[in-house]
Formats: sequence, structure tokens, C-alpha cells
Amino acid sequence: MVRSVVRDTVGDRIFMAFNYLVLTLLLVVILYPLLYVLGASFSSGQAIASGRFWLWPVDATLAGYEAIFKNRMVLVGFYNSLFYTLVGTLINVVMTILAAYPLSRPELPGRRIIAFAFFFTLLFSGGLIPTYLVVRDLDMLSTRWAMILPTALSVWNVFIARTFFENTIPKELREAAELDGCDDFNFLGRIVLPLSGSLLAVLALFYAVGHWNSYFNALVYLYDQSLWPLQLVLRDILVQNQVDPGMLVDAREMAAKAQLREILKYSLIVVATVPLLIVYPFVQKHFVKGVMLGSVKG
Amino acid sequence: MAIVRPITQTSARPRESRKLFKRVRRHWQLYVLLLLPIIYLLVFHYWPMYGVQIAFRNYNPIKGFLGSPWVGLDHFERFFNTYDFVRTLRNTLVLSVYSLVAGFPFPILLALGLHYTARKWFKNSVQMVAYAPYFISVVVMSGMILQFLAPNTGFINHFRNLFGLPDLNFMARPELFPHIYVWSGIWQTVGFACVIYVAALSGVDTTLHEAAIIDGASKVQRMWHIDLPEIMPLAILLLVLSLGGILSSGFEKILLLQNPLNLRTSEVIDTYVYRVGLVSAIPNFSYATAIGLFKSVVGLVLVIVANQVASRFGRSSNVY
Repeated sequence: MVRSVVRDTVGDRIFMAFNYLVLTLLLVVILYPLLYVLGASFSSGQAIASGRFWLWPVDATLAGYEAIFKNRMVLVGFYNSLFYTLVGTLINVVMTILAAYPLSRPELPGRRIIAFAFFFTLLFSGGLIPTYLVVRDLDMLSTRWAMILPTALSVWNVFIARTFFENTIPKELREAAELDGCDDFNFLGRIVLPLSGSLLAVLALFYAVGHWNSYFNALVYLYDQSLWPLQLVLRDILVQNQVDPGMLVDAREMAAKAQLREILKYSLIVVATVPLLIVYPFVQKHFVKGVMLGSVKG
Repeated sequence: MAIVRPITQTSARPRESRKLFKRVRRHWQLYVLLLLPIIYLLVFHYWPMYGVQIAFRNYNPIKGFLGSPWVGLDHFERFFNTYDFVRTLRNTLVLSVYSLVAGFPFPILLALGLHYTARKWFKNSVQMVAYAPYFISVVVMSGMILQFLAPNTGFINHFRNLFGLPDLNFMARPELFPHIYVWSGIWQTVGFACVIYVAALSGVDTTLHEAAIIDGASKVQRMWHIDLPEIMPLAILLLVLSLGGILSSGFEKILLLQNPLNLRTSEVIDTYVYRVGLVSAIPNFSYATAIGLFKSVVGLVLVIVANQVASRFGRSSNVY
């Protein structure tokens, strides 16, 4: 923004003070629930229930964390989520590039029709039940495939990637490569992809976050608990309040069990969110870029 | 280089079919690349679209999509005549319109506020914190909402107690559901939604601000007369485009926050389809598909209308 060389007037200074005040307030409103969860996960259940805990752990304990690692489901879910995220993201990125690169070539015969076939799926879909029946007819219910293949590609991301290729790969580059005898496969693999680092990062980020955070497909397609991703295990505990009694063996009395039940939820939220928080600072820059790539042209 | 370039914009008229064939053959590798994505589209998008015809049939698992008996519009009539139709449609519209309207000003205000901060470290830290909730999953988000609002143990009720107010069982009060849904959503997405406005603001022509400073405009005046008018077209455009998705917002979160006590205001079309089609003891695939189809068709019309309106503003988005 433009800053004047003249000293700020009183009105401007009041405005700036007000601005900082509002932003600080917003910072607190966003940050408080997050820090509350973190603090509560280390606090004693008794302090939380009685309202003595506000932000800093009271009677600090690791009981919540110990309780969740007693539950095999949480560990299995963690492993499954990791698997779906890694394999799923890999397939997603490859498929997106495969679709987006040819569509970015203006001279490809039939490009408009093919692009419309992709675009139409954004406008209209068969809906929940027909998609479920297709997955069932393919015998993929309650298999790992059901978590990976039906979401192998996001059409929205294909268009993001296509726009990126159109804007960053000059056609002179391809013509030069073509003269030197480079075919399309080699051009994509040796020239386009090495130039598309930021696109690959953005795609991988969006897809990976999507996989890690999704629960609904698992809820619909997976009956076998040993295949459940972490989010579905979380749903049972956090939302349905179904806490496996094995997690509460450390607490003897009923009241203590109820309190442990509360703090282990906070610990669970922390554990489930930590992988994202670890990558977050590294990807934040790309994330903003990704939003802009997919956004409206001015 | 231009000499060796193939002619790009020829149409495929019959007498040019040999030329077209040559062009297709010349680019065969690109079609090979497209093969897997197209198979994916056909299997997981177009096959379900074909299967949508069971909305007009009584689906029989053994007979499949085509063999099941035809019943015409029976399922639609049945849905339009139930009380659930009015209720789910009303709840869907209330939740989406409320989210759109209440959520509209906050990202703009946040972006303006960030734009006028002089200290870069402060701006960066606010942004960093504001984006973070966007990465929280719906399950964790819903779990947090339930924990914070819980009677006796939740901190919102502890705050109420500080002011001498009694505990409130938020999730058991149907009239509170829209507020809980909408405001938790704003909390989670305000940072994400402001990214685009921050970028738009940094693109505002600096000469406008320079001229205004010379004429003695205050910061508030510059914000009101320069920045706001400059980003308003973008804001309106985004609002209009989001009207297209008004029948299908927040389904996953609503499903998690639902309970038998707040169902009166929390049952939306999508959750109803899920309940009727997949959860119910006697799942009715055809009836659920018909309701889903009704929603998809209305949604399609809304998206097209929204885009027509949006293009009136003289801007278009990437894809169209």
C-alpha cells in the first residue's frame, strides 16, 4: 500500500489504533479455541469440568495421551489415514497432470469437447446413491480401493493445472523442443514437469489435506473397522461419544472415568491435527499461491 | 519458427478429414495421456449419471439400472407431498443463505484491516493464524464445537456462568442450530476467504492513493472511496457464484452436528438423502436418488443462472 511521507494526522492515528485493536481481537478469537484444546489436552479432567482451566494446563498430566494410545483403533486409523493420504495423493497428482497437460494444448483436436466432458461433471452429478451403487457394482465396498479410486481426480484441480500450464509453458519452448525431435511424452516429463514445481506442491497439498481430513466416503464405503481412516475413528469418539472402555482402565471411579473421557478427546484432537500443523508453515506460501491459481481472473 | 507450426484453428469439415486424421495421429501421445483420466470420468462420473434413471424406476438390486420396473415420476410426487420436502428445503435454504449473508462482510473487513497494517510481522502473524483453522477437518471441527458447547464441561458455558447465566444445552435447542453452524463456519473460513481480497487490494492502482494523499484524504476516506469500490465487483461476483451452490453447502458438517433433538432445523436435503438411502433399515435407493436428482437439477439451473448474472458484471472465471 502507499504510505504518505507526511506525518499521520490525528484521525489517521486513531484509525490505525482501532485497526490494530480489531485485528488483535480477531487474533484472540481465532487463537483461543486452538490454544484451549492444546492446553486442555494436558490438563486434568477435574479442572476442566469445574471450570478452573482457562488456557494454561492445570494439574498437568499426560493421562489423555496415554489413554488414546491404549486404543488400537486410533493407531490403526492413523496408519490407514497415512496410507490413503500417501497413495491417494500420488495417484491424484499423476492423474491431474495426465488430464491437464493435453487439455492445455490448444492445437489438440477435440480439446473443447473433452474439456466440456470434464467441466460438465462440476455442474451435474449422479448423486450419492448412484455413485454408491457403481462402487458396489465394482465390488469395491469395504476395500482400500473405495478410498482411492472414486476420488482419483478432482476436475476442479485439472482446470487449475491447465491454466498453470497455459500461462507458464511458452509454446516457443515446445516448438524448439519439437524441432530437436522431442515428442510429447518426453516434453512433458523432461521439460514441463521440472518447470512446474510450485504447481505440483499446490496440488499435492490440496489433495493430501483433502484425504487426511475426509470421512464421508469412508463412512459410506467401509464397513470393516480395520480399514477405517483416523477421521472415522475420531467421529466415533468425538461426535458419537463412543469411547472404548479399554481406554479408561487407568481411572478407577466412575467420576474419574468420565473426566478422563473428556480430556482424551482433547488429546485426540491434538494428535489428529499435528501432522497438518507440522507441514503447515512449509506449505502456507504455496497454499496462498494455490488459492490464487484457482481463483477468478481480474 | 512460425513456418513449421501446424495450422491450429481449422474445423473438422469432411473434406478436411484427412487433415484432421493427420493432426490426430500427430498428437496420439496426448490422447494416450488422457486415456486414464477419461476412463475415470466415465466410470465414476458418467456411469452414476446414467444410473440416475433409477429415480424413475423401482430399483431392484438383482435387475440393475436397466431392468428395474419403470414408475415414472412416482418418487418425485411422493417426496413433494411429504412434510419432509418443505422442511428439508427450508432448512437447506436457511442455512446456506444465512452463511452467505453473515459470512460476506468478514473476509473483506479482514483484508482491509490487514492491508492497512504498517508492521509486516504483525500482518504475517495474523494471516498465519487466520488461515490455520481452514486445515482442521470437519470431524475435528464438529468435535470441538460439541466439546466447547457441552453443558457443565464446555468453556462457553463456563463463560456464561461467569456472567451469572445458567448452563445452556446448545445442541439440544433447534433454534440455535443455524447460529452454531454459521458462526463456527465463519470462524473456520474467514482467513481462507480473505486471501483473494488481500491479493485484489494489493493490485489496486497506487496512483489513485497518491492522488488522494495529495488532496488530503484520510486513511478512512481512502479505504471508503478507493479500496472498497475497487474490490466490490470481485466481492459481488464471488457472492453471485456462490448462490449457484446454495442447495448443497456444508453437508458433511451438518451430518456430524445433527442429533434427534435438533433435527427440526438441521435436516437438509443432502442429509435426508443419506438417511433415506443408506442408513435406513429398509434403504430406498430409488426414492433417495429422486430427491438427489431434484437437488442436482435445481442446482444446475442455479449455477447456470448465477454464471449468466456474473458475466453481466463483465468478468468471467477461469473455467468458463
